[in-house]
Amino acid sequence: MALSDTAAGLLQIGLLVLLLAAVHVPLGDFIAASLTGPRHLRAERGVYRLLRVDPDADTRWPTYALSLVAFSTVSTLLLYAFLRLQQHLPLSLGMPAVEPAQAWNTAVSFVTNTNWQSYSGEATLGHLVQMAGLAVQNFLSAAVGLAVAVALVRGLVRAGTGTIGNFWVDLVRGTLRVLLPLAFAGAVVLVLTGVVQNLSGATTYTTLAGGSQTIVGGPIASQEAIKELGTNGGGFFNANSAHPFENPTPISNVVEVFLLLVIPFSLPRTYGTLVGDRRQGSAVLAVMAGVFALSHAVTLYAETHALGSAPQAVGAAMEGKEVRFGEWASALFATATTSTSTGAVNSFHDSYTALGGGALLVNMMLGEVTPGGVGSGLYGILVLAVITVFVGGLMVGRTPEFLGNKIRQREITLAALHILATPFALLTGVAIALSSEATRSAVLNPGPHGLSEVLYAFTSAAGNNGSAFAGISVNTPFYNTALGLAMLLGRFLPVLLVLALAGSFAAQRPAAPTAGTLPTRTPTFAGMHAAVVVVVTGLTFFPALALGPLAEALA
Amino acid sequence: MSTPTLPDTRGAAAAPAGTPHRVAGGAFSPRQLVSSLPDAFRKLDPRHLVRTPVVFVVALGAVLSTVLAVADPSVFAWVVVAWLWTTVLFANLAEAVAEGRGRAQAASLRTVSTDTVARRLEAAGGEVRVPASTLRVGDLVVVEAGETVPGDGDVVEGVASVDESAITGESAPVIRESGGDRSAVTGGTTVLSDRVVVRITAKAGESFVDRMIALVEGSARQRTPNEIALNILLASLTLVFLLAVVTLQPMAIYSGRPQSVVVLVALLVCLIPTTIGALLSAIGIAGMDRLVQRNVLAMSGRAVEAAGDVGTLLLDKTGTITLGNRQAHELLPAPGVTLAELADAAQLSSLADTTPEGRSVLVLVEERHGPLTRERPPGAEPVPFTAQTRMSGVDLVTASGRREIRKGAAAAATHWVRTLGGDVPAEVGRVVDDIATAGGTPLVVAEGSRGTARVLGVIHLKDVVKEGMRERFEQLRAMGIRTVMVTGDNERTARAIAAEAGVDDVLAEATPEDKLELIRREQSGGRLVAMMGDGTNDAPALAQADVGVAMNTGTSAAKEAGNMVDLDSDPTKLIEIVEIGKQLLITRGALTTFSIANDIAKYFAIVPAMFVPAFPGLDALNVTRLATPESAVVSAVVFNALVIVALIPLALRGVRYRPAAAAALLRRNLWVYGLGGVVVPFIGIKLIDLLVSTVPGIG
Repeated sequence: MALSDTAAGLLQIGLLVLLLAAVHVPLGDFIAASLTGPRHLRAERGVYRLLRVDPDADTRWPTYALSLVAFSTVSTLLLYAFLRLQQHLPLSLGMPAVEPAQAWNTAVSFVTNTNWQSYSGEATLGHLVQMAGLAVQNFLSAAVGLAVAVALVRGLVRAGTGTIGNFWVDLVRGTLRVLLPLAFAGAVVLVLTGVVQNLSGATTYTTLAGGSQTIVGGPIASQEAIKELGTNGGGFFNANSAHPFENPTPISNVVEVFLLLVIPFSLPRTYGTLVGDRRQGSAVLAVMAGVFALSHAVTLYAETHALGSAPQAVGAAMEGKEVRFGEWASALFATATTSTSTGAVNSFHDSYTALGGGALLVNMMLGEVTPGGVGSGLYGILVLAVITVFVGGLMVGRTPEFLGNKIRQREITLAALHILATPFALLTGVAIALSSEATRSAVLNPGPHGLSEVLYAFTSAAGNNGSAFAGISVNTPFYNTALGLAMLLGRFLPVLLVLALAGSFAAQRPAAPTAGTLPTRTPTFAGMHAAVVVVVTGLTFFPALALGPLAEALA
Repeated sequence: MSTPTLPDTRGAAAAPAGTPHRVAGGAFSPRQLVSSLPDAFRKLDPRHLVRTPVVFVVALGAVLSTVLAVADPSVFAWVVVAWLWTTVLFANLAEAVAEGRGRAQAASLRTVSTDTVARRLEAAGGEVRVPASTLRVGDLVVVEAGETVPGDGDVVEGVASVDESAITGESAPVIRESGGDRSAVTGGTTVLSDRVVVRITAKAGESFVDRMIALVEGSARQRTPNEIALNILLASLTLVFLLAVVTLQPMAIYSGRPQSVVVLVALLVCLIPTTIGALLSAIGIAGMDRLVQRNVLAMSGRAVEAAGDVGTLLLDKTGTITLGNRQAHELLPAPGVTLAELADAAQLSSLADTTPEGRSVLVLVEERHGPLTRERPPGAEPVPFTAQTRMSGVDLVTASGRREIRKGAAAAATHWVRTLGGDVPAEVGRVVDDIATAGGTPLVVAEGSRGTARVLGVIHLKDVVKEGMRERFEQLRAMGIRTVMVTGDNERTARAIAAEAGVDDVLAEATPEDKLELIRREQSGGRLVAMMGDGTNDAPALAQADVGVAMNTGTSAAKEAGNMVDLDSDPTKLIEIVEIGKQLLITRGALTTFSIANDIAKYFAIVPAMFVPAFPGLDALNVTRLATPESAVVSAVVFNALVIVALIPLALRGVRYRPAAAAALLRRNLWVYGLGGVVVPFIGIKLIDLLVSTVPGIG
């Protein structure tokens, strides 16, 4: 018996919620234990010897930040070199070197966990670059995010030590203990659902009709797993998860959505466990899940009701969506990918209804915190919690404190700059892109939709999402450079501010909570926290949204 | 405007529980707005404006718009410009009103500090008359009856009654004497009797009155840490909105609807948190003002903020938790004596006793044993209390002869009975001991007649916990504040009273070192500690406490060590101080929330107004159906300006504060100021629009 679209859609959502509910607790605890345990594995000791670092050194935030920046700089340069020297590498499949602007854009893109792709993977990159360059960064950039998040949590917990851990240990453990095993398991499951995994190059087949077709194989499932798990999103193919080799069936689709949500939704548990109060984690999880559900409902409603004149005329909003997924599975994937800074797509966001596409845009504008990228979602939402605590704390008649840590001049400055950083990169980029005729001409659609396209591109870059609205020719020197800058600023400004904040919390001796302290684990606080997440975003981007998706939706 | 009130915080001793009393110096009157206008204009000085980033941005926008309106005049542009300047003026007005209220107080204080002549004692002997302003720390001066104390200092010789009403407002004179904890005198007060020698402890110009003047005028006001932090948050929000508005123009051009700079400035001014930005310093000044109204001087705003954070209160038992005097609690007859007999004798012995203890015996007898009250029997002769006999009583002449009734300390009364040949039953000794160990004071009642004497029984006097204290402590507990009772009593007595009053902990047989140690221990657990003290030996603890309130009757060492001085020397004040601190912070938080929530309605007014010509569909966002785009923009700007003035009274008196747990406070304030902040401007802007839309050229 065939299922109706609605029943199938609800089934997928139900299955997903069930899986996440079951997994987030053990996984969250596992991540907490992995990143904070005293023992080093033998493999890890080897890496530390190789890197010449002392794994037992507990560092202050400047050291931690310096290590992170140094590591990311070297990673970017290495990746850039890979891309520029591709033709000299094995398994290059005869691909030429990538152009400088595009190589810069791609290198930054993968190091910042954005995975914006101004190239089409199968037509530009060989297997070695895909595996040793991009896939490696898929692991490492996610591990960097995880490291920053756990450093912030350490800062909140530690009493007067001023130290926030060791970057190298966090990086290595995040990669070896958390991401690698999970990615391996994920890849196996994906292969079972039919995702391709081989080392073939392009093969030309003669089709039944007599024409010829070139089909590219490759290590797809392995890359696919970490693409989702690490909230990276860079597809093996240009079509990304809409491509049948990457995402062949509705089953593989649910698995991929699960993989991209599982770590971000588990990290609140990690946080709760590490701060020794699981309800703190639950409150954060509730904020993430609540906003996520709301956004998903909007997109789902817009898509299934085919809002807009063109979809109304054809009776369905199926343009740009794969028929094997339909509106439900497409909307689910789209919400998940934009809410997690993943950026993988199984449908074309440009073709969404104005309202549905607008909701996807808003997901990214929220700062990628519902639930956000690996690590970055948690630290982003915790910074917003700091802002919430500051205002809420005053309202209960105390100078504000978060988990016993005072929010004074220094802390509020860092948190305020943090909420300023991404909008700065984003809006400045959009303004510049719209200011000159040369860059305006890259926009393929007129009117509000064209504005949405530019807005989406910079939002995706600055928010380190990487998904594309398309409808805009981004492989130009301007967009490659500007979007690269937006990705860089959107990633590292917040990271540095968060580490400084962690250091400043770590130097404090947390006060014990009393009945007079603002409780940060109650529904009231979670509600206020969610309101701050939405209102801060809304106030910053309302005019831009009004001229883009809203103008289009209300036309 | 109703009189601002706080729930009563003095306990039942001052007023029945729940009776409201004034917080600030009377109701805010709209006249103050008018009288402060000149000051508001003076504050247009850019050097002053730049101190408040949000208001400074508004002023810059106003300047820019003025230039553009001159270049390209229109009714709309000029109306917007006028209201932008009004916004700046209103922001200044808030601060000016707050300062104006302080200045009136300062003026009355200045009359106190007018120059007096001091009689300085010379080292070589003899005295010289010098102007008080030339006195230096360490100088010795003589002050006699009728003369004004020339400067702050400690009495080093003599004892005098001093009229301190100029400072405290309290007309009853106080005793100041050398040595001990009542030695401090304040410059400007008047000696009423006797002669004292005072060692000056403060330089001219830095005296208590000088500092008080500076404080209430706001000239010595420094921004407090939390105020600075909030200002940073507001500045960064201003930056966010500046970014949003500046980058809007390229998008507007792309959309074929470039915006005039005046409209963009109007949008910016509406979005940035002008309300809280304008009111922030007024809130701080008003917080200080509220303390001054209660006769508390905070030496720094930091201390007021810290008061809101206090986690542990150290309260002196006597005067704070218990009434100063012990009161009769129970009558315990000796063996062979009826309760009625004892009651009768106790009453007779107390008829002429005017001490509070004596009165309390009468009250007890009447309460427990009915209206036995009678006039002093004819021929009765009261026997007053003397330090020698340590007893008081009455001598009666009855039909059966002379009857002497005595009431006094156990040792004295039993001694008297024995001297007259009477026996003291062992049972009485046991009762006396029991009362003493339970922290009470036993008074033995005895009678002597026909050449012998007997003990009638024992009156149990005990510390009486002030009415309503248990509820106060419960409130404090709900607010997350731990109360520790400090007393010189022994552990057992202290525990008994603590249990009755419902405090969380006691520090019995407390030495100054014990207090200091307790404060350090609490602080190491991350709790802020508030205490009140008066003696020199309290100074280290006052200095260590986060909020140290010295009593005005105390020594200058104590006043120097603390960061607040209570002119009334009322130990209950500590609780009020904590509440004022909290109220100050809540007012900031509530108005910040309100200010930010307002932006939602302003967006819905201005954004459709800007872009409806390009995208008619956006008219759906004009939810309150504002008349025209021009009218919508003007209405939003006008609302934004008016709301500042409307909230000045709230900023000055502080938001209503009820002691409650943080979770409950948050919920309440979110509903009132969060939801209110969303809804109110929709209504306000619509109402203004109804008026504004009738203006030709806008409507």
